[in-house]
Amino acid sequence: MKTLRDIWLIFQRHMLLMLRSPLWVFLGVAQPIVYLALFAPLLKPALASLDSGSMATAYRIYVPGMLVAVALGGGLYVGFGLLGEIASGVVERARVTPVSRYALVLGRSLRDVVAVLVQSAIITLLSLPLGLFVRIGDLLLAYALLALISLTSSAISYGIAIRVSNPNVLGQVINNVAQPLMLLSGTLLPIALAPLWLRRVADWNPYSWAVSGMRALFAGHSGDPAVWRSLVIMGGLVVVSLAWSARLFARSVR
Amino acid sequence: MNEAVIQAEGRAAGRAEGRAMIEARGLRKSFQTRKRGKTTAVDAVVGIDLRVEAGEIFGFLGPNGAGKTTTLRMFATLLPPDGGEAVIAGADLLRKPAEVRRAIGYIAQGGGTWDDVTARQELVLQARMHGIGKAEAQRRAAQSLEAFELADYGDRNCKTYSGGQRRRVDIALGVVHRPKVVFLDEPTTGLDPQSRAHMWDMVRKLREEGMTVFLTTHYLDEADALCDRIAIIDAGRIVAEGTPAALKREISGDVVTVRVAAADAEQVGAAQSTAAQSTAAQVTTAQKAADLLAAEPYARSAEARDNGELRLAVDVGESAIPRIMRTLESAGIELSTIELHRPTLDDVFFAKTGRSLRES
Ligand SMILES: Nc1ncnc2c1ncn2[C@@H]1O[C@H](COP(=O)(O)OP(=O)(O)OP(=O)(O)O)[C@@H](O)[C@H]1O
Ligand SMILES: [Mg+2]
Repeated sequence: MKTLRDIWLIFQRHMLLMLRSPLWVFLGVAQPIVYLALFAPLLKPALASLDSGSMATAYRIYVPGMLVAVALGGGLYVGFGLLGEIASGVVERARVTPVSRYALVLGRSLRDVVAVLVQSAIITLLSLPLGLFVRIGDLLLAYALLALISLTSSAISYGIAIRVSNPNVLGQVINNVAQPLMLLSGTLLPIALAPLWLRRVADWNPYSWAVSGMRALFAGHSGDPAVWRSLVIMGGLVVVSLAWSARLFARSVR
Repeated sequence: MNEAVIQAEGRAAGRAEGRAMIEARGLRKSFQTRKRGKTTAVDAVVGIDLRVEAGEIFGFLGPNGAGKTTTLRMFATLLPPDGGEAVIAGADLLRKPAEVRRAIGYIAQGGGTWDDVTARQELVLQARMHGIGKAEAQRRAAQSLEAFELADYGDRNCKTYSGGQRRRVDIALGVVHRPKVVFLDEPTTGLDPQSRAHMWDMVRKLREEGMTVFLTTHYLDEADALCDRIAIIDAGRIVAEGTPAALKREISGDVVTVRVAAADAEQVGAAQSTAAQSTAAQVTTAQKAADLLAAEPYARSAEARDNGELRLAVDVGESAIPRIMRTLESAGIELSTIELHRPTLDDVFFAKTGRSLRES
């Protein structure tokens, strides 16, 4: 109960700050939209080998991958903001209060979830006139999955930021984590196109499972086992990553 | 001796029956730093023992890097000690950190506010993070703005504040939940003299409201004027502890410097004396005076210097001066100046460490 209240407190503060400067939320969708407009047509022949080959199908495969890329890629960089907050002393001030340490991470991560969901809604809406079709129930479930993905990526990013603590090094570390995770999850190109050995490697990437779940939902196959598998895997990862970074928060923030 | 000093010493004398708010034994901390692959340990705090009574303003005086912030961060549950133990407001620092956090306020050396949020919003959130309900938090925020003379700026974003205003916001944030103990890390560093005096008043007000204040400083005058009791810390160790007045008295009592007039200065001057001759005459007279005064009961020691000066260590300067003058007069020695020098905390620091706090 107290933890929930604390989470709400921290979340409110970060929402307030985000609403004060909402620009970056919109800047965050600029690149995905360019990709959507330019790359999807380019990829159509490649994607066609997987399905009937219509433009609508291309977007059905491309948009869910794009959304995971936004949730995963965007989330992994939120640690930079935390380093700024640590330097300003606001994190330390919170740590001397009895506020829940989970709230300090989760309150921030939930703000990141809101940002990702807003961005996802914009991308989805812009894809509709391009021929994307998705049932509302499937879409909501997809957004729930996106929220979980976003929670994991931001918790991981906060954890790495606390461990690394130097903003220059943080950029390197995040890039080195983000690139394999993104490439080996088939966010932009379906992993099904990859050779077998690469697919085996990708099986070890939880986000690859998340992308499969997302594509199943956008294809209208909500009963596909990929859907519940992705939800379970992401749910588990949420618990682990939050526990990890909350512990770091409690122990080692300077 | 002024009233504040008497009060402070009274409080210190009442230590035995006082209630300890902070009690530390053997607290220590070293940091591992890595440089070109080699790890070296910095012993920031080597072993702190201290006891602070309820209602005291206790000062931690020390030069840069002495370990003040490190000690404070350990007390504030921000840094786990490598060894030792402490009890703060009745709660064990190592076993019950959450309880300690409920009882304390901590104001960091660099403060800490969000740029794009107002002081009022910060105060409300801070109170709520301490578990205070929404309506009460808003009431306290309004009160704090009033008490710290921030009412006029309370609804402006924190990034627009001046240094003094910002520091007042920091302190208001640290005490909005009315803690039993407040840790203030260098409350006045970087403030102009007027803001500093203002800040001292606010710190005294916190004590009047029943809080125990533990502050760090490297200003001698601040330790002297504001603190009931101080500990001098150097290289992670407490080298002296007591009321400022007692510490200074412990050093040497007061020092009286007497300069004797050059004997028969007029005649010698007429006879084209050199400056050296005149000084030599002065030194002889000073030596004579020193021998004379050393025999007096109020003088601890008397020493003539080779510039014609005479230094006397006495217990209480004010009562010694008239007696010195009488003694010299009856011996026919004329004096040109007499000066009373009270030992400062810097003299205390010098006596304990061999360095001056002003230089370090
Ligand atoms: N995180 C850290 N890592 C390594 N060394 C540290 C760390 N924090 C402090 N130190 C070292 O410990 C020593 C004590 O530092 P501390 O900050 O406690 O000094 P201080 O008395 O507060 O000084 P100042 O008056 O400059 O604030 C210094 O030598 C400092 O360099
Ligand atoms: Mg310091």
